[in-house]
Amino acid sequence: MPRVALFITCLGDQFFPVVGECVVAVLRRLGVEVTFNPAQTCCGQPAFNTGYREEARRVAARMLDIFKDAEYVVAPSGSCTSMVRVFYPGLFSGDPARLRQAEDLRGRMFEFSEFLVKVLKVEDVGASFRRRVTYHDSCHLLRELGIESEPRKLIRAVRGLELVEMQDNKLCCGFGGTFSVKFPEVSVAMAEDKLRAAAESGAEIIVANDSGCLMHLAGAIRRRGLPLRTMHLAEVLAKQE
Amino acid sequence: MSENTVQSELIHERGHEAMADAHLQEAYRSSTLRLLSQRLQAKSEVPGFERLRERAHELKREVIEHLDRYVEQFASNAERRGGVVHWAATGEEACAIVCGIVERAGAKEVVKAKTMLGEEIELNHALEAAGIRAVETDLGEFIVQLAGERPAHIVAPAMHKTRHDVSELFAANIGSERTEEPERLTAIARQALREMFRKARAGLSGANFAVAETGAVVVIENEGNIRFSTTAPRVHIALVGIEKIIPRFADLGIFLRLLGRSGTGQKLTSYTSFLSGPRRNGEDGPEEMHVVLVDNGRTHALADQKMREALYCIRCGACLNACPVYRKIGGHAYGWVYSGPIGALITPEFVGLKQARELPFASSLCGACREVCPVKINIPDLLLHLRGRAQEQTPAPKPKRSPIAERTAMRVWAWVMQRPWAFALGARLSRAGLRFFSQQGWIRKFPYFPLAAWTDGRDFPMLAAKPFRKRWKELHRH
Repeated sequence: MPRVALFITCLGDQFFPVVGECVVAVLRRLGVEVTFNPAQTCCGQPAFNTGYREEARRVAARMLDIFKDAEYVVAPSGSCTSMVRVFYPGLFSGDPARLRQAEDLRGRMFEFSEFLVKVLKVEDVGASFRRRVTYHDSCHLLRELGIESEPRKLIRAVRGLELVEMQDNKLCCGFGGTFSVKFPEVSVAMAEDKLRAAAESGAEIIVANDSGCLMHLAGAIRRRGLPLRTMHLAEVLAKQE
Repeated sequence: MSENTVQSELIHERGHEAMADAHLQEAYRSSTLRLLSQRLQAKSEVPGFERLRERAHELKREVIEHLDRYVEQFASNAERRGGVVHWAATGEEACAIVCGIVERAGAKEVVKAKTMLGEEIELNHALEAAGIRAVETDLGEFIVQLAGERPAHIVAPAMHKTRHDVSELFAANIGSERTEEPERLTAIARQALREMFRKARAGLSGANFAVAETGAVVVIENEGNIRFSTTAPRVHIALVGIEKIIPRFADLGIFLRLLGRSGTGQKLTSYTSFLSGPRRNGEDGPEEMHVVLVDNGRTHALADQKMREALYCIRCGACLNACPVYRKIGGHAYGWVYSGPIGALITPEFVGLKQARELPFASSLCGACREVCPVKINIPDLLLHLRGRAQEQTPAPKPKRSPIAERTAMRVWAWVMQRPWAFALGARLSRAGLRFFSQQGWIRKFPYFPLAAWTDGRDFPMLAAKPFRKRWKELHRH
């Protein structure tokens, strides 16, 4: 069985530690050995997406060192995974040694659902959860990494669970990293569209693979007192009820 | 470019206004979604659509990488066909050239076909200042001109106007009866314009493509007004951005198939005109054809090896239709003539990053634009690149309700993120501080940026009492 070094992500560490616990539970259930290096912090994306490349580079360089010996690195986030896989090479294009490291890490870095389906070749992780859910395609996961079917396969294999697709399921929820506070009004208006579509689908729960989107949507749900809630895919897959 | 013409700094105010206007929201939503679904349908009917996009991307790259050569080839072939070629480095120069041609033709009116480049260089103002009346003959542009506005969309300039708006505009400006029947409204415009077509001695168009191999200017349209404007008057002037060049006539097979389908979901637009030179013996058409090749910032984009990809754009408008941000804030929020994702890229290039600094940030980087771009411009990647350049060239303005500048905040953030102990400590201190603002694990209101901006419209979750790094120690024991 492969050995997985967990990249928990900064949001996952400080805001959603339960998601991390669920990732560990699911991976262990499948016989995977999980390690966690507490020297990790963030992939550098907030600075990178805001145009602060030097700051992003310094933070990203630590990632390269921390995970240099890992067989597989798995993150419960499409956005952080795409930062490493899609954007690190460009970020380090002026530094041949770092670029080599980035290219190397790129091949070992996986998003959680992708790792389960593509590497472990598992769709049924032995979960059961009697709920009706809808799945929100997070933009980086979908368009930078091309991961669309994997989470759905995993969700469909959960016993008792019903997956209903919402209108415009591939439309951005409006989070967008620092966009969410640079253009808060637009960001929230986009969330409202997303929540309307989710409610119309008849789902009780919005499932996604990115803590950013989930934090944004959950905050908007709570402010409006809507009868909806959000869950990370790992939380769904950890359920055995 | 005069400074007051670019108002990109108003993006927040204009966006706010658009979002507060339910009619406008519905106009943008329904129009963009209709165009998108038409595109999807048209695309599905073409096997190998993806291949076409790749080929178009390669062709555009070829042209842009060797633009000097292709522009000269185009110019010499256009001249060979009897056209008069003019070169304009700036918008002002282009306007002066056009005004000069119109004056020499003794024309008091110019019938104008839709041209975004004309909007860009504010040609109508220049013509007016020279005592020449410019008449927009594209229905959407005609409406926008009567309203004294800029186009709200690259392809559908009056996307933001309802039938009611148009009826009122026509009644006030043409003195026509009030009606909300689209057919009647079109007939009213048609009648008003027909008169102008007969009178005008000069006609002006833009160009969708300029074929280097033959020197032809290619324009596409649905209303027939471009063909009328370019053939009926004695003089035809084509305004051509230097990035409009394609290498060969045969390449049109690729671009025309992509452009109509991506823009409006049409296999081909109703009219496709190939204009090469003035009329020859026994032919109809203008006695003079002038081609004004305009730079106006394009070589500025060309100088940046990455940004030059933005010059591949064929102005189909698909990225606007796909953009959830455009749909909310509307075309006018972008503060200039080009809006949506492509506007956020080329406006800073054409008018200077300083004047359009906020535009590259007006995107959630969702990538929906890249999915629909017929020439496969990697728009999110270029937006990121431009954000990087923005931070290097001009310091970010201090966010509202922020105690410190953005750059300082990012430096502190990077320092912390390089030190796990500082990260853990920072999180603990934040949690301790935020506790005073939280109820049942959520924060409803916080006075300082960035949380202040977040909590205006949504709650913010409290940091976990026990972060994952602590929980791991227990997990690890099992």
